[in-house]
Amino acid sequence: MIVIDAVTKRYPDGTTAVDRLTLEIPDGSITVLVGPSGCGKTTTLRMINRMVEPTEGRVLLDGRDIREAPVNALRRSMGYVIQHAGLFPHRTVVDNIATVPRLNGADKRAARRRALELMERVGLDAAFAKRYPYQLSGGQQQRVGVARALAADPPVLLMDEPFSAVDPIVRKGLQDELLRIQADLGKTVVFVTHDIDEAIKLGDMVAVLREGGRLAQYAPPAQLLSAPADEFVEDFLGVDRGIRHLSFFGTDTLELTTEPIVTEDATAEQFGAAAVPETPYVLVTDAAGRPRGWADAAVRASGPLDGPDGELLPYGHAFTVGRDSLRAALDSAVLSPTGWAVAVDEEGRAVGVVAQESIAAAIRGAHRAGVLR
Amino acid sequence: MNIFGYAQQFFDAPGRWSGADGIPTRLLEHVQYSGLALLIAMVIALPVGLITGHTGRGGNALAVLATAARALPSFGLLVLLTILMGLGLTPVMVPLVALAVPPILVTTYEAMRSVDPSLVDAARGIGLPWWRILAQVELPVALPLILSGIRSGAIQIVSTATIAAYVSFGGLGRYIVDGLSQVDYAKVVGGAVLVASLALATLALFWGLGKLLVSPGVRRGR
Repeated sequence: MIVIDAVTKRYPDGTTAVDRLTLEIPDGSITVLVGPSGCGKTTTLRMINRMVEPTEGRVLLDGRDIREAPVNALRRSMGYVIQHAGLFPHRTVVDNIATVPRLNGADKRAARRRALELMERVGLDAAFAKRYPYQLSGGQQQRVGVARALAADPPVLLMDEPFSAVDPIVRKGLQDELLRIQADLGKTVVFVTHDIDEAIKLGDMVAVLREGGRLAQYAPPAQLLSAPADEFVEDFLGVDRGIRHLSFFGTDTLELTTEPIVTEDATAEQFGAAAVPETPYVLVTDAAGRPRGWADAAVRASGPLDGPDGELLPYGHAFTVGRDSLRAALDSAVLSPTGWAVAVDEEGRAVGVVAQESIAAAIRGAHRAGVLR
Repeated sequence: MNIFGYAQQFFDAPGRWSGADGIPTRLLEHVQYSGLALLIAMVIALPVGLITGHTGRGGNALAVLATAARALPSFGLLVLLTILMGLGLTPVMVPLVALAVPPILVTTYEAMRSVDPSLVDAARGIGLPWWRILAQVELPVALPLILSGIRSGAIQIVSTATIAAYVSFGGLGRYIVDGLSQVDYAKVVGGAVLVASLALATLALFWGLGKLLVSPGVRRGR
């Protein structure tokens, strides 16, 4: 466990970057430091590997003051990832990743073997091994940065806005990759970002810092969304925190209706019979059961129309039962012109439909159970 | 007679390619003086440039020093030192070294300062000790610029090493000095052609060194 104990960082010009900050960072989980610029989040992170020395207070690693160990040994026990990856331009990808194992005395072949393993782990093709950093995209460089940080298998991983310089699609890929790697490795990750969505997505615990380096709230993301400590945190979370909070609730308890689902080769009678009183629409699937779109049951029942699905209404996107959250289900229902969300299984086959009203009922149920506030 | 005629007359002269005053001997002497002066200049300028560049301290002092050194007249220095110390290699080396130190020193300092700070930050955060950061991160990345500084120092030394002949040393300057005193213009032109060729060869040598020493990742990354 990393304990930041009443740490203050004041610069000679009088500015206070971090003000009596106390944080307990649990092992084996991702702790995100988030806040506006000037809130001291990066300074806090850099005090953990002594890139910055605190003016007051101390930082403990597994109960010991980090100043007891030689500084470079401490840093080698913590992976370090920065915004633009900071790869060594004169070294190939494989040699960049092998840096710390080599530093720790591994011979060249062992270090390279380890580097190749790491490349696979972070989702980089081995063909990149002999390339130089300038030949990689920003996202690929950042993957190399993560691989380099993990190469010596350090228990702690410090990440300073690692994904903020890449475009949103690449960023999402990197975030998912980090969560996947973390599920396997269970490192103690301290992650700095200014992006609250990133903090909520990645964090097991989120520390919100405010200007002047003071802690505003330290809580799991769901609690942050449901019970912001004050106006600052509420503002920082943004206007749609209620909707975002829904991403912490599963969809397995939603009541799905299978009645209004028919395959595309159904007869006019079957179309008529599938209609439910709540809606005039039925969901049409292909022979494999994958959703194709909504059809007006009454029109279909009066005889087939021209074209295979020219008259089908788009269903937007489906949500995967069990894997996707209540937020995805609600979004699916809102997008669907019929007001009904389409639920699919992992193979993409329609397993049911659910009305906006039922999702709203599920949200009310969560409120009653006290999990939402 | 035109300049090509003089040159041809010089290179065709009997005994020109052998003996104590032959081209191979004079060329070797010139290369030896230049090489020694460059080596001394590098031993002085590189460590200072690397360390000050790494720490970022002393940049202003360096600039002042370099400007002052550039203002030193090589020939005047040679004559003065020879009068003070008598004939010897030292009066020849001092002006040549003084000529090459400023470009090497200032370029090395600037090259080290121009290394992306986030690179140094990453290296520190990974746990590299300062001397490894200097030698294994900053130096390889700054190398193309540092080499260009050494190259301009080397070319200046090669062109100026002709002055050694004024104080009865050898080298290609011999042809120019002797040619002038003997009113033998062929010799003067021949000597000048040889010095210019050696300067071009030096340029080629550094081009080759760059290919050999600079990582493709740095070379093409620019």
